[in-house]
Amino acid sequence: MSIQSTPKQSWWNRIAHPGQFVAWSAPWLWPLAVLTALLFAMGLWLAFIDSPQDYQMGHTVRIMYVHVPNAWLSQFVYGVMALSALGTLVWRHPMADVSMKAAAPLGALFTALALFTGALWGRPTWGTFWEWDGRMTSTLVLLFIYLGIIALWRAFDDQLRAARIVAVFTLVGAINIPIIKFSVDWWSTLHQPASVFRADGPRMPPSILAPLFVMFAAFTLLFLALHLKSMHTEIKRRRIATLQRKAAQGHTA
Amino acid sequence: MIELGPHAAFIIWAYLGVALAVAGLVGWTLLDARRTARKLALLETRRARK
Repeated sequence: MSIQSTPKQSWWNRIAHPGQFVAWSAPWLWPLAVLTALLFAMGLWLAFIDSPQDYQMGHTVRIMYVHVPNAWLSQFVYGVMALSALGTLVWRHPMADVSMKAAAPLGALFTALALFTGALWGRPTWGTFWEWDGRMTSTLVLLFIYLGIIALWRAFDDQLRAARIVAVFTLVGAINIPIIKFSVDWWSTLHQPASVFRADGPRMPPSILAPLFVMFAAFTLLFLALHLKSMHTEIKRRRIATLQRKAAQGHTA
Repeated sequence: MIELGPHAAFIIWAYLGVALAVAGLVGWTLLDARRTARKLALLETRRARK
């Protein structure tokens, strides 16, 4: 039976069965890709043409439209991985570790981009590319955690065994997410406190919030599309490993 | 040309860096997907012949 031709099952099995998962989620890829491209085009237009400069930061505020979505994704992707880790350890869900493995390189890149754009925003506004303060240091630690997780996946031939170890490591590393979030409140820092997601509402005018939210949506959909595609690839990679193992054992089943 | 003020270089490098990284990520994801799909198709064809 091919990976594309497994029989129809209940909705739970459709999520849990790798072949069924590929079959029902593949049609979402193109619409997701097109919507992502449209949102990026709209976001860039708003960011460069239809938004004002900031009264303090001037035009450098435009770096925020790529910095904040990447910073958000660096933590959101880790949240997805932590949920998937629970899925692996608690429910033994077959797709949970596929999701966890596919998300790690994406999270690492978004975290690296958050640090890169933050450094380029910091130099003209704070006078320095880098400062060892709570927010920046904890985000750098997050990047190292992502790289550690990618290395752990590669250290094991048996991916099912790797999944449990990586899941434990991922859940332990999740303690860094609230540290990143509250670092600006707990410690003295150059980084500004939360100004978008606040109990009393955003502190920014709509002309700056609009491009920011469109770019948020564009980057989040980009992650969802790439995550889905990477999960499909990982499912196929595991099918290859199974076929090669069977061939090596002399089976043809 | 859009006026970006005295710190234009920082803005341009930030967007250029993100664009290159995202393009690289998309390219790598698609290339990896294509390579893996081709390998799986080859293995399943060989298996079907047996």
